[in-house]
Amino acid sequence: MNRVVVTGLGVVSPIGQAVVPYWTSLKRGVCGIGAITQVPTAEELIQKVAAEVKGFNPLDHFEERQISTLDRVAQFAVVAAREAIAQAGIDFDMSLSVRTATIIGSGVGGQTTHDDSFRRVYRDNKTRVFPLTIPKLMVNAPASQICMLCGLRGPAFAIASACSSATHAIGLAFHMVRSGAVDCAVTGGAEACITFGTLRGWEAMRVMTPDVCRPFSKDRKGMVLGEGAAIVVLEPLQRAQARGADILGEIVGFGMSADAADLTAPDRGGMVRALQGAIADAHLSPQDFQYVNAHGTGTAANDATETKALHEVFGPHAGKLAVSSTKSMVGHALGAAGALELVATVLALREGIVPPTIGYLGRDPACDLDYVPNEARAMRLEAALSNSFAFGGLNAVLAVKKFS
Amino acid sequence: MTDVASEVIAIIASKVRGDHPKIELNDRLEDLGLESLDAVEMIFALEEKFDVQIPFNANNARTEFDTVGEVISAVERLVDDKESRAR
Repeated sequence: MNRVVVTGLGVVSPIGQAVVPYWTSLKRGVCGIGAITQVPTAEELIQKVAAEVKGFNPLDHFEERQISTLDRVAQFAVVAAREAIAQAGIDFDMSLSVRTATIIGSGVGGQTTHDDSFRRVYRDNKTRVFPLTIPKLMVNAPASQICMLCGLRGPAFAIASACSSATHAIGLAFHMVRSGAVDCAVTGGAEACITFGTLRGWEAMRVMTPDVCRPFSKDRKGMVLGEGAAIVVLEPLQRAQARGADILGEIVGFGMSADAADLTAPDRGGMVRALQGAIADAHLSPQDFQYVNAHGTGTAANDATETKALHEVFGPHAGKLAVSSTKSMVGHALGAAGALELVATVLALREGIVPPTIGYLGRDPACDLDYVPNEARAMRLEAALSNSFAFGGLNAVLAVKKFS
Repeated sequence: MTDVASEVIAIIASKVRGDHPKIELNDRLEDLGLESLDAVEMIFALEEKFDVQIPFNANNARTEFDTVGEVISAVERLVDDKESRAR
């Protein structure tokens, strides 16, 4: 079995459109949530805020003729993948290209295309939609576009498990590299669903905050939608060392579970099994971990249930953990969330700095752990977990170690 | 009982789980077996029926709509507001 290391990171986020600005903003506690600007009919919406990737100009990244083939979600994915591959410094010649997996999570695929096309037929009474509507909205478009534009020819597909999509994608890629099924993986998640129709759907769920997202805090009012992409490059340790790569971190475990309970309500048992699965897969003990990048959506139910699950898995050690939710800064980017959070977790371990949970007002009796409120913290870190718990009851947890 | 009240009770009754032959004003939604998704569906049905917008956030639902009577009062208030605006 190979040890699996991370050698490249790429990010498009509401608080930075590359890894360095993203990480700098996370450490500073920058909030990416604000009034919705990219929905033309936003004034009709009840939900007024989201965490948008503001000022993203596709022409900075693609030729004009390419743009008509790429939904916003695929644009994010390709931009993040190019950054990650460039950082890894890998030249995908044919022999490596066919041995590289491209596994990309997305919850709902090309929602901008979906929304624009169906608005034409339902609202504007047009009789036809844009020619590439179908290949732009399909949920595998981000994976396919990364393969095409980065020249990756090995196993490639999308994973859709709502809020856990990216974590499932990275976990599966990790297992494929660990087993030797592939020699490299480009993996992560992308989401871009801040559209009129999607927001209407989220409004109807009645779980959205009208202003800011305060995970684990008293007086929290719910979640806020985000968007973006994050991609990581994984390779066997031996290969990375042989080519002298800068090793950013090591993925050591992956756990997953299904609640088989409620469609939307979080389930402590399912969370616990995914957490324990990741810790066991890593051959570590709960006491070996110092940090948890929480799912932490900011809803009443998730944050209380996740806290209970951490108590159950970690016992008395739970009180010593730093637990933070970076969704307080980037919102909930659904199928990209797990990848954005894994990048945060890898960099936290590398630098020994835990990003904060911002917007924290004080203790909720149901959330009694150390949530690193409002300010980043320097601390000794060796191992951390990154949690994703999806609607539909599908849970995924990655265990990461500082590389040494 | 007002028309609004009886229609609200009919909508709640359609979401109830288990055996509750008669729904009373101080019955708690939770005791009627309305889980979080049922409550969201109930709110949607009420909004569609009365053409109102009910400010309901599942994150503090327990304090907003605990009992059947509280749901009725909230809907009556919104219907009144709508009618007074229409006049």
